[in-house]
Amino acid sequence: MMTTLIYDGTFEGLLTSVFEVYDRKLNLVNLQKTGQDNNALFEDKLQVITDDERANRVLKGLKQKISSMGLQRLYAAHLAEMDGEENSLLGYIRYAFDAGQNIEENYGNKFVMRISEMVRMVRREKHRMEAFVRFQKLKDETFYAAIEPDFNVLPLLIRHFKSRYADQKWIIYDIRRKYGIYYNLHDTQYISLDFANVSKPGDIVAAFTEDEEIYQHLWKNYFTSVNIPSRKNTRLHVRHIPKRYWKHLTEKI
Amino acid sequence: MNVDRITEKLNILADAAKYDVSCASSGSKRKNENKGLGNASNGICHSYTEDGRCVSLLKILLTNHCIFDCAYCVSRKSNDIQRAAFTVQEVVDLTINFYRRNYIEGLFLSSGIFKDADYTMERLVRIAKKLRTEHKFNGYIHLKSIPGASDELMNEAGLYADRLSVNLEMPTEAGLKLLAPDKNQADMIKPMGYLKNAIIQRTEEKKLFKKAPIFAPAGQSTQVIIGATPENDSQILRSASYFYKNFNLKRVYYSGYVPVLADSRLPALNTSVPMVRENRLYQADWLMRFYGFKVNEIVNDSQPHLDLDIDPKLGWAIRNMQAFPVNINQADVQMILRVPGIGLLSAQKIVSARKFGKLNWEQLKKMGVALNRAKYFITCNSTEFERRDLTGNNIKQFILATSQSKYLKNTQVQLNLF
Ligand code: SF4
Repeated sequence: MMTTLIYDGTFEGLLTSVFEVYDRKLNLVNLQKTGQDNNALFEDKLQVITDDERANRVLKGLKQKISSMGLQRLYAAHLAEMDGEENSLLGYIRYAFDAGQNIEENYGNKFVMRISEMVRMVRREKHRMEAFVRFQKLKDETFYAAIEPDFNVLPLLIRHFKSRYADQKWIIYDIRRKYGIYYNLHDTQYISLDFANVSKPGDIVAAFTEDEEIYQHLWKNYFTSVNIPSRKNTRLHVRHIPKRYWKHLTEKI
Repeated sequence: MNVDRITEKLNILADAAKYDVSCASSGSKRKNENKGLGNASNGICHSYTEDGRCVSLLKILLTNHCIFDCAYCVSRKSNDIQRAAFTVQEVVDLTINFYRRNYIEGLFLSSGIFKDADYTMERLVRIAKKLRTEHKFNGYIHLKSIPGASDELMNEAGLYADRLSVNLEMPTEAGLKLLAPDKNQADMIKPMGYLKNAIIQRTEEKKLFKKAPIFAPAGQSTQVIIGATPENDSQILRSASYFYKNFNLKRVYYSGYVPVLADSRLPALNTSVPMVRENRLYQADWLMRFYGFKVNEIVNDSQPHLDLDIDPKLGWAIRNMQAFPVNINQADVQMILRVPGIGLLSAQKIVSARKFGKLNWEQLKKMGVALNRAKYFITCNSTEFERRDLTGNNIKQFILATSQSKYLKNTQVQLNLF
C-alpha cells in the first residue's frame, strides 16, 4: 500500500521522513510538502514531525554511505525547492542506504541521474545570479541588488560575493522569496526589508548616490557600443539571457 | 566628471576594441587576500551582446590614434574617423566603478600605437599598476602587448596583468606582409617568446618561494583574423598548433573578418562574416586541446579545409569508419571521446557509471549523449544497434537530414560546440 508522508520542507524534515520510512518499514512512499495536499482520501497519510535527533541519526548514517561532496550536492538539490521533486530526494537517500556500495556515480540509476540534473540546474541558476546581479550604490555607500532567481539559490551565493566584494557593504535581496543577505564588511546576515513605504520607484532612486546614474548610463552605452550589428543573433542572445532576467539588468532596462 | 565627453570617448574606444573577440576572464587564480576589491577566478560572462557574444571584461582601447596602417583595422592611420584617448585615471575609474556594480570581471586594455611601442606600452602598464597597488584591485586584467615593446616593460606588465596577448592577426607571414606592411612577424613573436620564458621561470620560482610574485597567471593568448587573406584551414590550424606547442599559449582566438573598410587587398564590403567557418575552427581547436586529436587528423594536404556542413569530429569519424563501432562498456575513455555526439562530460559519466553495470541506450541518453549521431558509431548493452553496413557518406546524409535546422536552414546561427 502507498503511504503518503507530509513534511515541513526543511532538510531536517526530509531526514526525519527517511527515519520514518525505515522505522515503520514502509515500502511504497509518496513524500509531499505541507500544503501540497492533493486530497487522496484513501491513501494512508502520515504527518512527519521534524525531529532534530532523528534527523541527525539519519545524517550520520548517510555520511557513511556518501561522500561529503555528495551530501553537499544533495543539500543543494533540496535547497532549490523544486516542485514535486521530494520523491527524487527521498529515492536517492533510500538508494544510498540500501546499496552495498557508494552509489554517487552510478548515473545509470534514475535517482542518481535526477539528483545530478537537479544539481546542474541549481548550479546554473547560481552562476546566472553571480553574473546577473547588478548593484546600485546607495547614499550610505551600500551596494544594493534585487534578484528573482528560479530556485532558492541565495544562500549559495554568499561565499562568492563575500570574497569578491570584501571591501564594500552590499545587500542582495530575493524579491520573490522576500529575504536577503547583508554584508557589513565583516560578516553576512539574513535580512528582510520592508518595502511597504516605498510606493513609487522614484523613492528608491532618491536613495542612490549621485554618480549611480552616470555609471548606469555609461554601462548602457558600453553595452550598445560593443555590439556588432552584422553578427546579430537574437536567438543566441535570448538563450544566454532569458527575458525573465531582463528587468533587473541595467543594460537591458 | 564631464559626462558627455567621457561617454563619447567610451563609445569610440569600445567600438574600436570590439573586433578583438577574446573575452576570456578565467584561468587566473588571483585571490582577494588583501581585503581589497575583487578576485579573478571564475570567468563569468556578465552579459551577452545582441550577437550572442560574452561580455565579461571592460574591453576598450586606451586610444585609437595609431601610427600604423594595417588594412583590416578601423583604427589605421589612413582611415578618416573620430579619434579619442583616455587618460590613465579615466580608465582606472571606469574599471573600478563597473567592477563594484558587478558589471564586469575586469579590464581588457589594448591600444593603437601613438608615438612608439614603448611610449604606448608604458601607459598600459601604468594603468594596471595603479589598479593593483592604489586600489587593491584583484579583478582580471588582460593587457595587449604592443609589438616591439621592450623586455623591461613586458616584465612589468606580467607582474600586474593576469593575461597578456600579442595578436598574430594573420595566420601566415605572407598574409601579414600584405595587410600590415608596418608590422613584421618577428616583432610580434619576440615578446611572446620573452613571456613564455618569463612565465616558466616565475612558475619555478613560485614553487620554491611561496612569496615570489605571481606573473601573468592566466598565461598568454593570441588572435588570428579569418577570411581577410586566402589561407586555408590547414594553414590556420597548423600555425595555431605550432604556437600552442612552442609558446605555451593558453588560447588562440579565431576572429571572422568583419568587412569595415574598402581596400582592394580585402574582401569587399558586402562580404558576409564567415561565422560558420569561425565556429568550425573553434571546434577543431577544442579537439586539439581537449579531445586528444592531432592537427593532422583534422586537416591535412588532401583535406585542407574543414567541412562547413558537419563538425570536424563527425568529419574525422566518417573518414575513419574502420575505428568503429566502439563498445561503450569496454572502450577506453580516449576512444569514447572520439565518438560523435559524446562530449567531455558524458564521456566521464559513462566511464564512472559503467563500473556499476553495463549501460544501455536509455541510460546513455539520460547522461546527455546525442544518440541521433552517436548511434552509428557505438554498441552498448542492448541487442539493438545500427546493423546496416553504412558508408561514411550515408551516415553524414542521415545525420544532416535529422539535424537540418541546425546546419542548413539558418547558417547565421552560431553553433554550439558539440
Ligand atoms: S597597429 Fe594595431 S591599432 Fe594600429 S592600425 Fe595596426 S592593428 Fe590597428
